[in-house]
Amino acid sequence: MSGLPFDKAILALVVIGFTTAPVLAAPFTVTLLNYVGIGAIVALGLVLLTGFGGLTSFGQASLVGIGAYATAWLTTHAGADPWLGLALALCLTGAAAAVLGAVTLRLGGHFLPLSTVAWGIAIYFLFGNIPGLGYHDGIKEIPPLALGGMSLASNFAIYYLIWAFLAAGMWLLSNLLDSREGRAIRSLRGGATMIASLGVSLFRIRLIIFVIAAMLAGLAGWLYAHMNRYVSPSPFEVRPSIEYLLMAMVGGATSIYGAVIGAAIVTLLKNFFQDVLPHVSKNAGQLEIVAFSILLILILQHARGGVMSAVRRLAPQRVVPPPPAETPPLPRRSQPRAGTPLLIVEGAVKRFGGLVAVNDVSFDVKTGEIVALIGPNGAGKSTMFNLITGAQRPTAGRITFLGRDITSLPQQKIATAGIARTFQHVKLRPAMSLLDNVLLGTYVRTRSGFAFGASRLDRGEEAQAKAEALRQLERVGLLEKAQVHAGNLPLGSQRMVEVARALAADPVLIVLDEPAAGLRRGEKHALASQLRDLKDEGVTILIVEHDMEFVMGLVDRVVVMDFGAKLTEGLPSEVRANPIVQEAYLGGVS
Amino acid sequence: MDAQIALVPLTDGIANGAIYVLIALGTVLIFSVTRVIFVPFGDIAALTALTVAALQLGRLPGTVWLVMVLAGTAVTMELGVAVRKRQLRRLPMALVSYAVLPILPVAVAAALASSGLRLPQLGQMLLALALVLPVAPLLNRIVFEPLESASVLVLLIVSVALHFATSGLALLFFGPEGFRNEALSDASIRLGDITITAQVLLMVTAAAALSGLLFLYFETTVTGKALRATAINRTGARLVGIRPRRTGAVAFVLGSLLGGVSGLLIGPVTTIYYDSGFLIGLKAFVAAIVGGLGSYPLTAIGAVAVGVLESFASFWSSSFKESIVFGTLIPVLLWRSLVSQQHEEEEEEIE
Repeated sequence: MSGLPFDKAILALVVIGFTTAPVLAAPFTVTLLNYVGIGAIVALGLVLLTGFGGLTSFGQASLVGIGAYATAWLTTHAGADPWLGLALALCLTGAAAAVLGAVTLRLGGHFLPLSTVAWGIAIYFLFGNIPGLGYHDGIKEIPPLALGGMSLASNFAIYYLIWAFLAAGMWLLSNLLDSREGRAIRSLRGGATMIASLGVSLFRIRLIIFVIAAMLAGLAGWLYAHMNRYVSPSPFEVRPSIEYLLMAMVGGATSIYGAVIGAAIVTLLKNFFQDVLPHVSKNAGQLEIVAFSILLILILQHARGGVMSAVRRLAPQRVVPPPPAETPPLPRRSQPRAGTPLLIVEGAVKRFGGLVAVNDVSFDVKTGEIVALIGPNGAGKSTMFNLITGAQRPTAGRITFLGRDITSLPQQKIATAGIARTFQHVKLRPAMSLLDNVLLGTYVRTRSGFAFGASRLDRGEEAQAKAEALRQLERVGLLEKAQVHAGNLPLGSQRMVEVARALAADPVLIVLDEPAAGLRRGEKHALASQLRDLKDEGVTILIVEHDMEFVMGLVDRVVVMDFGAKLTEGLPSEVRANPIVQEAYLGGVS
Repeated sequence: MDAQIALVPLTDGIANGAIYVLIALGTVLIFSVTRVIFVPFGDIAALTALTVAALQLGRLPGTVWLVMVLAGTAVTMELGVAVRKRQLRRLPMALVSYAVLPILPVAVAAALASSGLRLPQLGQMLLALALVLPVAPLLNRIVFEPLESASVLVLLIVSVALHFATSGLALLFFGPEGFRNEALSDASIRLGDITITAQVLLMVTAAAALSGLLFLYFETTVTGKALRATAINRTGARLVGIRPRRTGAVAFVLGSLLGGVSGLLIGPVTTIYYDSGFLIGLKAFVAAIVGGLGSYPLTAIGAVAVGVLESFASFWSSSFKESIVFGTLIPVLLWRSLVSQQHEEEEEEIE
């Protein structure tokens, strides 16, 4: 995807290799390569779903089956054109995944995978028992594909179609992963709170990638049906689903190329087992799956990155080119006039069972201010923070932001409304570059969806977002480290990356959760001066902190909490002189 | 269908439900303590039934080979750890739990097979249970303990793979034939117009009794409470001196016992093949999902409901039985996703 001559040379070699392969190879090898291609299309979906999305499916083979049976039925019973069969295959698999995803994805992450097992079995039994689908004998005499009058009946001809679809799928997917939604997909494993704080809907992203994976399976099923010209239930039970999963894991679940490598390894191994195992025992029919299962377990125990993780260590690191200089900036939000009330908390209460963590707290933050919410440990600051950002819902009370009631809005909506946050325990994506991490912040300001990202129609907006991210990195003094993985930075710098990510969202209010915790003295000074600069630019800041020294010289106003209630509020000097505050922090003076 | 006829599938359903109760409770137990969704549970039940069948036929059950392979692997792993970490002190304990205890029933079975002696029926059942009991704990040692810090997803993938490995080995060791065991008693009682066999009564009482014992175990014993503590909060449990590895092992032994007993109970009512366990286990999963993989009472109710539904489904349309049972997962999941709160999910990096 980058313009290096080295990459282009490799790409050209691969293309020539795959175009000439069927001419040079024996017919049986072409058949094997066709199976590799079909397997790789399914595995590609699982790479997206499992490697990036942190979900999985044990029912991919049943989705392949839906695709295969859909086209088989349509072309034999209704005599329709096979290309109509493709449309039906994609619609049915997409719809099946959408229903299954919609009911499971709001539950914990393991409910989807678990229900795909049962789902896969239910579908498999349906294939074998529906009269129109030929019971366990299946459907025969499926017509071959034709493209512009040219028949693709031979294994040789369909080879090119299979691998062209695979190549197109890989191209679209790698574009997608390098786009706005793709960054969100790559962040799914960072935890629900982080995702939501960026304005990303975890549910929506997961549902869409599950549907994409299902439609890839449907495509594979369509190709399979018209290649074999015959379908029966047995290739679509749960056992082959494990083989697809193994393909994704062997190759490397976080690599698009891993899908092809994995599909090749598993298909060849399977072929080898079928030659060898019958000589071992007459009951060896299942030893192939035993071997595959043990291989899968060993990979998950010892080499979770698969083949591609070893390859990646050898390959040179890609450098993302800077956006063109004339890129126009991303449009900015109109900031409200300074001094108007921005965030109003009225009588907020949060109870956990019998414990009252926040008890009837009211305060407000005006546009352009820096306000600190302070208090000793256990004062209820963090709970208050969670109520404002939507991580928890108040038991009673009302929170208004920009004149809008946000009391019961989910986190992600609050982020979209213009509140950006940082975390006390830094939540960055350690294996993504600083640039990508900060780009995540621009999610709420940009619009390109899945289709735009996959087809590269998003490049204009991407360049704008990239320019914005680089500007924010420059502001926090980390521009020259833009390509470094976030996990390789010291804590102080990581915290600054979080600030840059929050700023990239162009927020009206930025809420910082104990930003000074764990920072060295020098780092604290640097952070404080950054925050002052931000205030000068008109950004409103709310800091939750217990480091009095850090707060006192920085903020306009201080709200003090203790034992869940508001103790007092005022200018830093007033608060510091207040004997009640001193008592709360230092214990009784008398 | 009038009420009279409906009673027949209803009693069948409740009896099957009793089996699912045991397996589903074991699933919830193991999941809550170790985060492993133990898919091969049904295979444990099927293995037990097949072992009983082999003993009733006077053959050496294939379980013997399975247990020896697993015990050998576990002992090799323990030896490796002991040498690498220079902790030779842990060896005797490891040898007792992973070699001596599992091999004892194997030796008894081998002696019986070579001498041609037959145990009485109850003795055969107990021996079968003793043979199968170490399988799940050994699998835990070999497969899941090295993955302690992995995510639920990785553990689940491993677990599904493990099912295929186990059932494939079951084919190798037991062959493709199906077996139906002899029931302990052929007696039956008539209640009005319906006949209830002693086997059905046994299934229901055994399930109820074991569930009750499990409840007492959790409520009254220190180990039971340690299990509950680990389920609620692993870190917290560790802080008060509970070793998650140990509680995990206990959970697997208990789960194995539940799976084994359900295998003894189901053997006389259904023909069991090497791969019958998968469907049995998955139906128990549907029940465990009804209970949200956390609530024991809801799980038990769900298990009986699955049994009854299955029984009626096969009454209406035996060919769509499985599809109907697994298809009900969709409304169940919909209901669960409406009632349950969203949780913060764990984070995990692949590389």
